[in-house]
Amino acid sequence: MAAGIRDRVAILGMGCSKFGERWEASSENLMQEAYGEALADAGIETKDIDAAWFATCFEEQSVGKSAIPAAQALRLPFIPVTRVENQCASGTEAFRGAVYAVASGAADIALAVGSEKLKDTGYGGLPQRSRGVLNSMYWANLSAPGSFAQLASAYRVKHAVEAADLKRAMAHISVKSHDNGSLNPKAHLRNRIDEATVINAPMVAEPLGLYDCCGVSDGSAAAIVTTPEIARSLGKHDLVSVKGIQVAVSNGTEAQHNSWDGSYFMTARHAARRVYQEAGITKPREELSLVEVHDCFSITELVTLEDLFISEEGDAVTDVLEGFYDADGQIPCQIDGGLKCFGHPIGASGLRMIYEIYLQMLGRAGDRQLTRDLRYGLTHNLGGSPHQNVCSVTVLGAPGV
Amino acid sequence: MTALTGEVGIQRFGAYVPALRVSRAEIVAANRWANGSLASWARSERSTCGWDEDVVTMAVEAARDALGTEPRGDVEGVYLGSTTPPFDARLNSGIVASALNLPDSTSCWDVTGSDRAGTSALLAAFDTARARGVRVLCAGSEKKAAPVASVQEVASGHAASAFVVGPGAGIARLLASATVTVDFVDHYRGRGSDFDYHWEERWIRDEGYLKIVPRAVEAVLAKAGVGAGEVARLCVPNPIPRASQALAKRLQIADDAVADPLEAGCGDTGAAHALLMLAAALETAAPGDRILVASFGQGADALLFEVTPAIEAARAGGAGVAKWLARRRDCSYPRYQAFAGLVKMDRGIRAEADKQTALTAHYRNRELLDGMVGGRCARCGTMQIPKTWICVNPDCGAWDTQEPQPFADFEGRVRSWSADHLTFTPDPPAYYGMVEFEPGGRLMMDFTDLGPDKVEVGTTMRMTFRVKDHDPQRGYSRYFWKAAPTGGASGGMNGRWHP
Repeated sequence: MAAGIRDRVAILGMGCSKFGERWEASSENLMQEAYGEALADAGIETKDIDAAWFATCFEEQSVGKSAIPAAQALRLPFIPVTRVENQCASGTEAFRGAVYAVASGAADIALAVGSEKLKDTGYGGLPQRSRGVLNSMYWANLSAPGSFAQLASAYRVKHAVEAADLKRAMAHISVKSHDNGSLNPKAHLRNRIDEATVINAPMVAEPLGLYDCCGVSDGSAAAIVTTPEIARSLGKHDLVSVKGIQVAVSNGTEAQHNSWDGSYFMTARHAARRVYQEAGITKPREELSLVEVHDCFSITELVTLEDLFISEEGDAVTDVLEGFYDADGQIPCQIDGGLKCFGHPIGASGLRMIYEIYLQMLGRAGDRQLTRDLRYGLTHNLGGSPHQNVCSVTVLGAPGV
Repeated sequence: MTALTGEVGIQRFGAYVPALRVSRAEIVAANRWANGSLASWARSERSTCGWDEDVVTMAVEAARDALGTEPRGDVEGVYLGSTTPPFDARLNSGIVASALNLPDSTSCWDVTGSDRAGTSALLAAFDTARARGVRVLCAGSEKKAAPVASVQEVASGHAASAFVVGPGAGIARLLASATVTVDFVDHYRGRGSDFDYHWEERWIRDEGYLKIVPRAVEAVLAKAGVGAGEVARLCVPNPIPRASQALAKRLQIADDAVADPLEAGCGDTGAAHALLMLAAALETAAPGDRILVASFGQGADALLFEVTPAIEAARAGGAGVAKWLARRRDCSYPRYQAFAGLVKMDRGIRAEADKQTALTAHYRNRELLDGMVGGRCARCGTMQIPKTWICVNPDCGAWDTQEPQPFADFEGRVRSWSADHLTFTPDPPAYYGMVEFEPGGRLMMDFTDLGPDKVEVGTTMRMTFRVKDHDPQRGYSRYFWKAAPTGGASGGMNGRWHP
């Protein structure tokens, strides 16, 4: 494996809009909100940015194709701007583009901005969209909850977990995220709920009920990155740097070859192994301080915690129920509320996760600030379905640590 | 092959009746306020297509019932008789042939226009078989729509049957056939109309049915030199209840020879019905029985068969009507009305997503989409669907080694599933999941025909050809295969489709 980019790029500034049903705001407005905060945080001006990456997923229902909407909304100074779309992992892909541009020396300062306007469809849930000309002719007519729900059926059989026990662990995940989200002023959903509410909620896709599914939100997040040296030269001394970014994309094995049992993410295991190597992590359960995972559905979070090699395979139910991932547990997961409560504006989500790790590491997370030493923070951003997806895992920490 | 004038007969037979049943008592009760004369129909139930079934899908299932898993290479023609094929312009029988993976050299004909389209298709199939000395598949299939509160709504049903005919006596030797064409308009359906328009029943029976059908029947008996008293079974649909008894009496055919009109659990299936009754008759026929099949519609057709000893072996496969009639599930009257398009439903904005089919992509992928053909790697033997240039086996990855591998006759097991209340389906929730095939390969498939037990991880599934999506904007139906449970309360179809 290549040597990687450990500590070659640092975050200069970040911003994040309020997530939620932003009836009054366009995608452009949301970008401006996130970018304005990032720019102020970085202490630079737009003219200082050498290149930008823009992530949005459902452009059909919002801004249309290309990077032009971002370049125009932010009045970027005729620089290279690239639009990236890798389903729900798009935000991390924008970050990766900006980080790699800096790491390569092609840019001194680069911008990643992700934005999504989902509430212009007229109905709840993600927008209906084409799965491609051929796929729609033969593949099951599945929705996101229906494809992720299948993890539960396969996991339950593989690990001989009672349906009720699994449902209870899933409920615990959602209750915990609502508790965390209630402390986050930018979160979409800030109400606390109890386990019974989750378990008795209307079914969306068996066994996922309403509270097993994340919020569908409008929002934007942005990161400005540079080298640690430039950051220091600009007066930044408390830095968060990138320890590693890895992406793994399904190649059809899960969907077509009987070697995958449907209970986990093949991609996440590949990406996690590689990112730990890039970051120099050998014992993730001991070395990680907090994680932000792609909890589009409660069951996704549960199996992901095994795929990231934090819980042993088959042990996530126990770890979750014992509070290992709660705010006061050993590794808080979704301390900002996660996709579940912070919300899930697709193109922004990967950047929103990084934003939270960044705030926590700098001690700027307000009421939800973790009061312990934070070494490594991990974000996991997933696009697609369990049987075919894009999985990105990022590790952040202080330079040299 | 046999000489052009040689003996021909039915070689194989099969049928299909959709699983859904509507209680006639429920229809009568719902419409009593509007049409009190329906009261006498408050008995048993009628069959009705699921939202994803039509004349083509039923014909494919009936044909598979007839063909079993025997090699199909010797079938060189397909006739489809129906007055309700899904396409006015597109060869419906061609879709059937493609779904059955019959070769491109297969000749296909749609026969339509009257309620004897099924028997006319069978007559034509015999003519083709005799003239060319080849085996021909003939299917009758019907999915008539009926106005709310009409007699047709309670009297009709949906079903299909199929026969392989060809040289040799087979299981039932064709002794003779006859036809008459008379422009007697008992009912009609003009272009653009949804429903048949009917004239008075008594006139239809007395001036039409009881005068025109005998002309064909008497001709066929005379040609064959068989007396009316020698007819063991008379398979003739009823335009009105008990008309076939009156017909038998007029023809001096024994009253107990009149075949069950399959009113219970099914109903009159129009152009398919005479053939459906023939399939049912073959299920219980004894060698030597003479079976007379007749149908009425702008004239009449009559075919006389003599059952051969080969019937015993043919029956062992379990083909025919009885098992489909035994497989039943309740369909409430409102749900039937929704599936039949008789009411305007609020289906939500998600239903508005464009279902346009790229015909270019369909054509490129027709083996997959019609015939459920995947691939088998010539190097490592891994099976996969769809077929791709590069083998999916992570330990192989060979290029351009995939040989065509049909999957439709494989059974699969559910690896993972969900019941989805969010995605659009005319029959929520949408059940689907990953189906793993025993010889190898897997596919994320829509499920259909679930019984009360629904599905679980490990449930054994059979493949069934269905409507994948309707495109209401353009009037197009696209087809693919779905997975349905094989056994238990869901089907009782165990084993029949096992390769």
